[in-house]
Amino acid sequence: MERDVNQALAREFGLNAEEYNRVLEIMGRTPSFTELGVFSVMWSEHCSYKSSRVWLKQLPTKAPWVIHGPGENAGVVAIGDGLAAIFKMESHNHPSFIEPYQGAATGVGGILRDVFTMGARPIANLNALRFGSPDNARTRRIVDGVVRGIGGYGNCVGVPTVGGEINFHPAYDGNPLVNAMTVGIAPTDRIFLSAAAGIGNPVVYVGSKTGRDGIHGATMASAEFDANSEEKRPTVQVGDPFTEKLLIEACLELMATDAIVAIQDMGAAGLTSSSVEMAGKGGVGIELNLDNVPARETGMTAYEFMLSESQERMLMVLKPEREAVARAIFEKWDLDFSIIGYITDTGRITVRHQGEIKADIPLAPLNDQAPLYTRPTVETPKQEQLNAARIEDRLGLTAGLRKLLACPDLCSRAWVWDQYDSTVGGQTVKRPGAADAAVVKLEGLKRALALTTDCTPRYCLADPEMGGMQAVAEAWRNLTAVGARPLAITDNMNFGNPEKPEIMGQFAAAIRGMAAACEALDFPVVSGNVSLYNETEGKGILPTPAIGGLGVLEDAAQAVGYGLPSWLDIVVIGKTQGWLGQSLWLREINGREDGAPPPVDLAVERANGDFVRSRILSGEIRACHDVSDGGLLVAVAEMAMASGVGARLSAHPRDVPGHAYWFGEDQGRYVVAVPDAASFIRTSEAAGVPAVRIGVSGGGDLTLPDGGTISIETLRADHAGFFPAWMNGDNRS
Amino acid sequence: MKAGIVVFPGINRERDMAIALEQSSGEKPRMIWHKETDLSGLDLVVIPGGFSFGDYLRCGAMAARSPVMAAIHAHATRGGYILGVCNGFQILTEAGLLPGALLRNAALRFLSMDCQLTVERADTVFTKRYQKGQTFRSVMAHGDGNFFADDATLDRLEGEGLVAFRYAGENLNGSARAIAGVYSPNLRVLGLMPHPEDLVDPLMGGTDGKPLFDALAAA
Repeated sequence: MERDVNQALAREFGLNAEEYNRVLEIMGRTPSFTELGVFSVMWSEHCSYKSSRVWLKQLPTKAPWVIHGPGENAGVVAIGDGLAAIFKMESHNHPSFIEPYQGAATGVGGILRDVFTMGARPIANLNALRFGSPDNARTRRIVDGVVRGIGGYGNCVGVPTVGGEINFHPAYDGNPLVNAMTVGIAPTDRIFLSAAAGIGNPVVYVGSKTGRDGIHGATMASAEFDANSEEKRPTVQVGDPFTEKLLIEACLELMATDAIVAIQDMGAAGLTSSSVEMAGKGGVGIELNLDNVPARETGMTAYEFMLSESQERMLMVLKPEREAVARAIFEKWDLDFSIIGYITDTGRITVRHQGEIKADIPLAPLNDQAPLYTRPTVETPKQEQLNAARIEDRLGLTAGLRKLLACPDLCSRAWVWDQYDSTVGGQTVKRPGAADAAVVKLEGLKRALALTTDCTPRYCLADPEMGGMQAVAEAWRNLTAVGARPLAITDNMNFGNPEKPEIMGQFAAAIRGMAAACEALDFPVVSGNVSLYNETEGKGILPTPAIGGLGVLEDAAQAVGYGLPSWLDIVVIGKTQGWLGQSLWLREINGREDGAPPPVDLAVERANGDFVRSRILSGEIRACHDVSDGGLLVAVAEMAMASGVGARLSAHPRDVPGHAYWFGEDQGRYVVAVPDAASFIRTSEAAGVPAVRIGVSGGGDLTLPDGGTISIETLRADHAGFFPAWMNGDNRS
Repeated sequence: MKAGIVVFPGINRERDMAIALEQSSGEKPRMIWHKETDLSGLDLVVIPGGFSFGDYLRCGAMAARSPVMAAIHAHATRGGYILGVCNGFQILTEAGLLPGALLRNAALRFLSMDCQLTVERADTVFTKRYQKGQTFRSVMAHGDGNFFADDATLDRLEGEGLVAFRYAGENLNGSARAIAGVYSPNLRVLGLMPHPEDLVDPLMGGTDGKPLFDALAAA
């Protein structure tokens, strides 16, 4: 039902007094109910990036291989062979808390559309997930729903889910994070953009019918949660992966013709954002007749049509003489196809419904005068660097390793991956659990892409600038560790309430750190998404700038995994000082979450990584694993578990305490397996890269430098236990 | 052997299957849209995996009533070869071309992982490049792969040698008598849940599925 438009309603729609006054100014009158709806979603944090835009501008976005940076539906980089990789990561955090299955499923669906709308066939999905404490009764239900939702959607559309990450922390109890990433491939000369053009060209709606689901979803995603968040369930959309699959095939079939002028998916804010953005980017006007929008329900109002976030819908501008060709393709795939409007020269969006004009808004100010805030920031106070010698090692190496491998943040994620189809398409060279990055070959070519998602939120909380830098560096490192040349990233900035200076300070600092790393590593940001207001009852999440990294291998056969082969020397590359601040060991064994996180030295990062990559491609490095959560000993144990081959480790240097040497999280390090450590180290020293032999592989046990011996079977049992026990324990009641 | 791949809306492993068939035979298979009804000239009809019609009804139930199915029945009656993998197997059971049914996996979760299959007989057109009793690696990726039939049917399948493959080791999806694939009585229709087509290239982790396609190509 339409209601009286006034400041109170505007506030309910998420517009503050100043923003509402600007609406009045632009319109020169009181807006209609539908018009207010359009302004409120377009100017929501989710769609307008009003708190983050000033900071995002600091990120490097250019490189010779970047074809389209931020601003399009997804980022586009050239990968050779005349092809482009098109990729983006996007959050579906708020809906996934309210309704985990559908929230996560539609997150996957939405990011897939962002990618195939540009002409790409999606070839891989990844997801970065953060959940609350496993001890919180709600967490298990959310994990179950999110995993089923991602699998339910991804498996059905037939895009392999090849990688991702999962963290647990009580800070996510009320705000889990679901960040979904899709990577697609298109010829560089067949990339489709969203800027509308051609006065009189038809505007075509294809895909699913429009219902009342997801109305004001973008507004919901731009506010904190309170005790009544469950009431927001109707704002969550419902996914239909079957229709999405048809939409992918139909769009790609149409894209092989020359019928399309512009195309965009209907994501957040649905028909409103797609039509406003397409016309706005093209500098034209658009006229829509909602009577022609395929509707799933009867009696829908203009406001509902414009704000619905029903899934699996696309908006296209076609060449007029190509309508019949396009219609035939969509009819073949049993999808709705309807001409709902035309491109005009008015510079306005005009919405007609049942003979009335329900909205008539000038596009330039709607787009250009969207609010932009430079919100106050407060720097996070620096934490002290911890002295490892003063931190007691209560458990020793053997028990410490076993406890770490079994903890929720480090234990095997196989229970999760095993529910995602990682092989469909027949091109998955490195599946989850085989390598630091997933490796997916391009059909019919030798070339392959390496893909990863990374972020260490506990570092970001302690030092957002260093944490942001580390997230980018770790993504770069993971791509390097399979032998790939890192090309670009997509970022998914998940933070709390930006109106709090400490949160905005976290955001600004994280961007600063990320920008420095992107610059130093030639690793620009080409797409991204910001999710703010991840707070419940005033309690915010850990700052989580999740990074999705993409790299390229010219020959998939050169990719290495981290499974440890037999009878090779094990060498650690990079300097080990024994940094325990913010380490997982400190948290899991000593119950402490303090200290400064390990610093990233970008010059060292680059030198170490470039050396590792060159030795992978030369064939000398047979297995490679970056050292991250849990430190050196965990890295070696993971390599041993992956292949079932054990190792005997040597004594550590005397100037670093054993627990700090083996569990510290110093950055810029890799564990590699090589045939001859002595000659390898000579080469590395010549390149100025520190390398130390730490042991030899072989046998079925891991023998620690203190003499402790653990069988690989025991390690695997420790590692595999948590998820099945936690999820299936009493799940069947 | 001239092969065609039937594509129902929602099928998603048709590309994998085409790669495997072409790699062994050197010939691109014909892609057949589910509304087509002419299968003439084909020796082998393959129904690949995926989620036909979203599998929103019972898996394969909608596809089993698609226009192309009459032609597939006729192809079977003529003694033509048919291979159904995953959703294709489900469709063949729904169409009555193979016995039994595929229920939800015992643990009620989707299973995507390697599995080991034992070859029950090596004298069919599909398995003659394997050895009887041999175990080979395959990839499973399904939510509904729990093979079910009544005891009389299972006894008959075993008695008549119509069990094609069994899961070796752990029977993860809970299939009756660990059955992973079955034949029609004339041994010319094969349905199985795991995906041999996804292990035909050492780069993807192995070639254990390749003998099946090599055998078909040579037939």
